[in-house]
Amino acid sequence: MQTKFFMKGCDNKKMEEMIRLQGITKKYGNNLIIPNLDLTIYDGEFLTLLGPSGCGKTTLLRMIAGLDTPTTGKIYLDDEDVTNKPPYKRDVNMVFQHYALFPHMTVEENIKFGLMMKKVPAEEQKERVAQVLYLTQLEEFRNRRPQQMSGGQQQRVAIARALVNNPKVLLLDEPLGALDYQLRKNLQLELKNLQRGLGLTFIYVTHDQEEALTMSDRIVVMNKGVIEQDDDPDTIYHYPNTRFVAKFIGESNFFESDNETLVIRPEKLNLCPEYEDEAAEKTHPEPGYYGTVVDVVFYGTIDKVFIRLDNSNQTVVAYQYFDDVKRWSPDERVGIWWYAKDEVRVTR
Amino acid sequence: MKNGKLMVAPAMLWLSIFFVIPLLIVVAVSFAGRTPYGQIIFEFTTDNYLRFLEPLYLQIFADTLIVAVITTVATIIMGYPLAYFIARLPKKWQQPGLILVMIPFWINFLIRSYAWVIILRTQGVVNTLLMKLGLIDQPLQMLYNDAAVMLGMIYALLPFMVLPIYVSIEQLDLRLLEAASDLGASPLTAFRKITLPLTMPGIAAGTILVFISSLGMFVVPDVMGGAKSALIGNLIQNQFLAARDWPFGSALSIVLAVMSLVLIILYYRALQSQEGGKADAKDVA
Ligand SMILES: Nc1ncnc2c1ncn2[C@@H]1O[C@H](COP(=O)(O)OP(=O)(O)OP(=O)(O)O)[C@@H](O)[C@H]1O
Ligand SMILES: [Mg+2]
Repeated sequence: MQTKFFMKGCDNKKMEEMIRLQGITKKYGNNLIIPNLDLTIYDGEFLTLLGPSGCGKTTLLRMIAGLDTPTTGKIYLDDEDVTNKPPYKRDVNMVFQHYALFPHMTVEENIKFGLMMKKVPAEEQKERVAQVLYLTQLEEFRNRRPQQMSGGQQQRVAIARALVNNPKVLLLDEPLGALDYQLRKNLQLELKNLQRGLGLTFIYVTHDQEEALTMSDRIVVMNKGVIEQDDDPDTIYHYPNTRFVAKFIGESNFFESDNETLVIRPEKLNLCPEYEDEAAEKTHPEPGYYGTVVDVVFYGTIDKVFIRLDNSNQTVVAYQYFDDVKRWSPDERVGIWWYAKDEVRVTR
Repeated sequence: MKNGKLMVAPAMLWLSIFFVIPLLIVVAVSFAGRTPYGQIIFEFTTDNYLRFLEPLYLQIFADTLIVAVITTVATIIMGYPLAYFIARLPKKWQQPGLILVMIPFWINFLIRSYAWVIILRTQGVVNTLLMKLGLIDQPLQMLYNDAAVMLGMIYALLPFMVLPIYVSIEQLDLRLLEAASDLGASPLTAFRKITLPLTMPGIAAGTILVFISSLGMFVVPDVMGGAKSALIGNLIQNQFLAARDWPFGSALSIVLAVMSLVLIILYYRALQSQEGGKADAKDVA
């Protein structure tokens, strides 16, 4: 579990450090936002920051971009100490959560801004702008002003404006939050392909777990400025270190005993009738709990079965696929069993 | 709807009695003639406007324009940094900063102009000080010249520049400057490319206020410029008081008013094309 395979598919490439955050703390006035944080991000990696609102994700990105300075600690970018370097001297670009588009410029001028600052030749500017306009499906809006566009369109301009610079590190603060499902799926794919194709380093913030799980090489789960877990998506999902992580990502059932908590995902819970014949009983482990079905909710590919455990008020949820033997209905008595390999123990 | 109309009725009445009707009277008088003793004769004539084209008056007009342009430019150069400074103060210091800018308004302008005379005249504060310090033997002639007029104008009109610029800088979204910096713009470049264009409406509003006010200014040239300098404002004042030529004075006033109006229209045009990008909206299709 402790072995980390951050970069699936590129294991043979040497993992070079791109960003190192060393003993970072951040205070706003007397508010300690980030108590003490160490994090290394590798070249070509897609790293996602996941955490509840206000946990310090944006603050972290801003410090990497140079828009905020850490109260203590050091930031290294490509082996160079950039802790006190101003943003305009860092080869890092940010897609802002609030877009921050320039209202007096057209979409095209917005996107071109970074290239102009870097004095990229005009020909190349044109090419690169055209490329990102195509990628973000903004070609028809190139001459519009930001305030004449919808939230989703503006968000795509913000992505294009950062992306066009090909920075060493791209910081994306919930870059797809305002988009509809279809467009979001498309852009997820495009961004991922681009990142992988060009070997860019992405630090990505999202509230969408599915997005985090499908796109990332590595996920960092934060809570109140502290890293709760730092692993590849598979490990994060199947082997959460803490209750917080288990709760925050996906649905989880918690079974408390004297000094530990068992976490079991709903799809790992199996149900059987309270009384079975001997032959059937032998086919699976003995039920650890019994209870009564309180509700069955149809979710398309699955049924979510809610069960109140005997001798407690706790309700657990199990996912049942339709190819399972039986469809359950409320008030039925059930036994709940699972395989030992699907148990995850957490201590806090 | 009906109620709304009723509610603005008093204001409309007020405006028409004290603003529109006097204006119409001035327009009427500007096309009237007069007797040698200043009696107005109501006959239609354009003489008053034609008289304005005499070299003497054109010269005064040109002088006025030059003074107005210099005043405007000077107040921009001095006012922008001041407004910027105040807008970037911590919130609790901004209000006191603005009050300091506005305090002079609390004292009658005529009195403030005479205060400048006391400071600048030959036996004035500055000259006395410089002589006591031994820096000069003879008192400097600092009053009654063009420089004194400029000084008075800039002093009088600076707040009109500072306030609108302050408002536009204060409204500027600082996160745009962060974005510019993130995209590689140094603070100076970010100022040129973001702050300046986005605060242009403030500069334009200040320019209109200052330019138009300085066109009509007569107290400053009167008090600080002495007999030598006359601007249109003084000319108009003279026609109404000393020369008792109301028709000519009215014609001059109308010329001034029309010019101001044109400027204001140009201002709104410029503002619209800057803001709306409405012309760009063709491709919405
Ligand atoms: N300039 C500031 N001054 C004071 N407190 C701040 C400032 N910026 C952020 N904070 C505080 O720091 C904490 C972290 O904020 P941050 O914006 O990093 O959260 P976040 O994880 O990005 O949340 P969200 O998911 O809602 O965007 C919050 O409690 C916030 O109130
Ligand atoms: Mg945030």
